[in-house]
Amino acid sequence: MIDVRYFAWLRERIGERSEQIETNATTVADLIEELRTRSEAHALAFSDMASVRVALDQELTDMDAPLGNTREVAFFPPMTGG
Amino acid sequence: MSIRVQSQPFDMGFEVQAFTDSVPGAGAVVTFSGLVRDEGGSLGAMEIEHYPGMTEKALQSICDEAIERWSLTDALIIHRHGKLSPGEQIMMVATAARHRSDAFEGAEFLMDFLKSRAPFWKKEFTGDGAEWVDAKQSDEEALERWGSET
Repeated sequence: MIDVRYFAWLRERIGERSEQIETNATTVADLIEELRTRSEAHALAFSDMASVRVALDQELTDMDAPLGNTREVAFFPPMTGG
Repeated sequence: MSIRVQSQPFDMGFEVQAFTDSVPGAGAVVTFSGLVRDEGGSLGAMEIEHYPGMTEKALQSICDEAIERWSLTDALIIHRHGKLSPGEQIMMVATAARHRSDAFEGAEFLMDFLKSRAPFWKKEFTGDGAEWVDAKQSDEEALERWGSET
């Protein structure tokens, strides 16, 4: 069981802050493939991957990263702090 | 070192004085604060979302790196979230060092990194509706001069 969290427009497009996912995915990219099949909203949210960033257990990483024992995956657009 | 992520406003004068009082060996204190631009009167409000937990960790790691690289005496980051009005303070950084060049560079480094590596997202509310602010390519390029992987 993995906790998937969404922020900013990904959260709005998907309509959820987080969801618990049962998955056999081994990488972030595999997990995204699975998430895309959950609903049209998910497919739309993950349609432009140039605008999506990912963090595993609150550390920024890239789409090829292995999930390993990750408990929390977060997807969000490029950050705009400051 | 101090990291604060909060929805309440902060008093810049008070914070700078308290920070300065806490770094007796320093010869220089540099401070910066970022405000909500009114965009020529078109902006009604700004909302800042963040990722509690990761935000603090990311700011901590950026702060650690700045202290190490510029031998800072100390550094402070305060960043707000929630709904803000034009003219309000969004965030501030303060750095202290023995000499001013380290304090200035350390502060610039903190600003460059927290703009695109700390999990904050800005949404602007205008008369036409609400829109998420796009990240700027120039912010990404600003990181390159530091040659760091943070």
